Amino acid sequence: MTVTVFIPRDAAALAVGADKVANAIAAEIERRGLDARIVRNGSRGMFWLEPLVEIRTDHGRIAYGPVRPSDVTGLFDADFLAGGAHPLCLGPTQDIPFLRQQTRLTFARCGVTDPLSLEDYRHYAGLQGLEKAIAMAPAEIVAEVTESGLRGRGGAGFPTGIKWKTVADAKADQKYIVCNADEGDSGTFADRMIMEGDPFVLIEGMAIAGIATGATRGYVYTRSEYPHAIAAMEAAIAIARKAGILGPSVLGSAYAFDMEVRSGAGAYVCGEETSLLNSLEGKRGVVRAKPPLPALQGFLGQPTVVNNVMSLASVPIILDRGAAFYRDFGMGRSRGTIPIQIAGNVKHGGLYETAFGLSLGEIVDHIGGGTASGRPVKAVQVGGPLGAYFPRALFDTPFDYEAFAAKDGLIGHAGIVVFDDTVDMLKQARFAMEFCAVESCGKCTPCRIGSTRGVETADKIARGLEPEKNRALLADLCNTMKFGSLCALGGFTPYPVLSAMTHFPDDFKPAPIAQAAE
Amino acid sequence: MNIHVADGDIGNRTLAIVGELKSLEGPLLPILHAIQAEFGYVPQESLAVIARELNLSRAEVHGVVTFYHDYRDHPTGRHVLKLCRAEACQSMGGDEIAERIKTLLGIDFHQTTLDGAVTLEPIFCLGLCACAPAAMLDGELHGRLDTASVAELVAEARR
Repeated sequence: MTVTVFIPRDAAALAVGADKVANAIAAEIERRGLDARIVRNGSRGMFWLEPLVEIRTDHGRIAYGPVRPSDVTGLFDADFLAGGAHPLCLGPTQDIPFLRQQTRLTFARCGVTDPLSLEDYRHYAGLQGLEKAIAMAPAEIVAEVTESGLRGRGGAGFPTGIKWKTVADAKADQKYIVCNADEGDSGTFADRMIMEGDPFVLIEGMAIAGIATGATRGYVYTRSEYPHAIAAMEAAIAIARKAGILGPSVLGSAYAFDMEVRSGAGAYVCGEETSLLNSLEGKRGVVRAKPPLPALQGFLGQPTVVNNVMSLASVPIILDRGAAFYRDFGMGRSRGTIPIQIAGNVKHGGLYETAFGLSLGEIVDHIGGGTASGRPVKAVQVGGPLGAYFPRALFDTPFDYEAFAAKDGLIGHAGIVVFDDTVDMLKQARFAMEFCAVESCGKCTPCRIGSTRGVETADKIARGLEPEKNRALLADLCNTMKFGSLCALGGFTPYPVLSAMTHFPDDFKPAPIAQAAE
Repeated sequence: MNIHVADGDIGNRTLAIVGELKSLEGPLLPILHAIQAEFGYVPQESLAVIARELNLSRAEVHGVVTFYHDYRDHPTGRHVLKLCRAEACQSMGGDEIAERIKTLLGIDFHQTTLDGAVTLEPIFCLGLCACAPAAMLDGELHGRLDTASVAELVAEARR
């Protein structure tokens, strides 16, 4: 029987040598004349183990990792194609604690299947949500998504079903589904992983959204920094079109839906939905004032659903298993699961999908295993460059939209970046302002000017110039940006800055060495 | 990718690209991407052609080109090394890696080595945040960079 070897083609696996490992394994199969085939799957999301090679055996999949090209001969000598013992053997993949404790709903297939095999996709419950949606009335689909409690996974947490209802109720000749795949936050890679590891689930989710709202065209707006995700999505769309999942008759129904991928051009602010729409229209990615809501006047002035990749990729399972199944996970008003991305200076970095409600400390210390450097954790930034820095003292905060807001933070796209005790929080606060200055679209003054003044003020504090006065000035500036900016870029940049000042005041005291140098 | 083409060629090839893509909804970014893929940068000569064909003013096209970090108004070196500067990479010593690369290449960000081999550019997040620090050399990804692998990377880029 042909043995199947899984070697990820996920960008992060490629970055640590997955192609070289795949070539070495292919060469060894050839040289030894073995009956084996290689499948390039998505990543399981355990990046400290990448490249993670899996073998399909009679008793499940056996994992080996991290595999270097120089390990390959030894693995074959140890008969790893039959699951043989080797120092790199991690046992059955499903039993690796990081994976075993997760609740994988959105990422159920990611890392399991061949991302571009429709056969695999169907075998693992793919298209069942779409088939059920076709049999329902559009209003019932919207109701199902509303009842599931799904909230926008891009960061704002707006109820997805309510957004869909607004678009469904709008009258127009042409409506659109726009998938916001402009995943620019440092510490996040969930969208990238889905697009590379299970692109059909996003296509299915968008087709369901189209049927529910009466939209017949869709766009995936993603980042030029994600060339592998773009290639995977485009290949998957072509396959789906050929198979009749996309096109004038979705799965043979009376509904039409087709979609394409569009690449951004390196502007962070285009992750903001109105800026994204301008960019998609071929304009400068300047933020639009709301109202009008994109749901009523979005792409080219037409009613448009703008949803994050994670929101849309969660839709198929909600339709397949029902609203109640999904809603039963989570806490408070945060229902379902959230793919937490643990990154930065952390021992076990990766993607961890779980119900809302774990404490930040559990995520960082237990799941993440503390820092990669082995030094104490000083701060974790949650929610990307616009997210707050949390000290250990707040590690009891549960992972939930409202709980984070109550601690002056945000979940954002659920990325967590861990820093050890060598981090200088004044430098991080300055970086937040600098990033905002570089990426500001320039439309509103608090963001455009405030960020530059913020950098200057942080520099004055660093140089020990009237530190007390400048700290007060920086806090005041943050206040202006928070309440005076048009969108989240200027409005949320104060989160990292103020949290750094509040929780790490020692880093904002003038350094004696700098003073001496004045 | 330092490609030199005669001005007339730029106009004609721009016209062909625009002709192919202008029927898209919101065609300008796809057109600019295609032009940069063709020439390695967005030449001034292309802007007038794009403006005319899309019925836009040259100022509008110029405004779009200059808004986005990706579009360049001049050719790069033979290789482009993009180094991630975002927080996750910072937490893993990204700043030291950046200094090391600058020293090895003898250039700062946005500059090209004198032999025209490498252009160094900052980038904000490649989505490899659990394999930090990360870089992209001509579309090929590199994670878990350290002093040794950076030296190899620079040597590869120099070739």
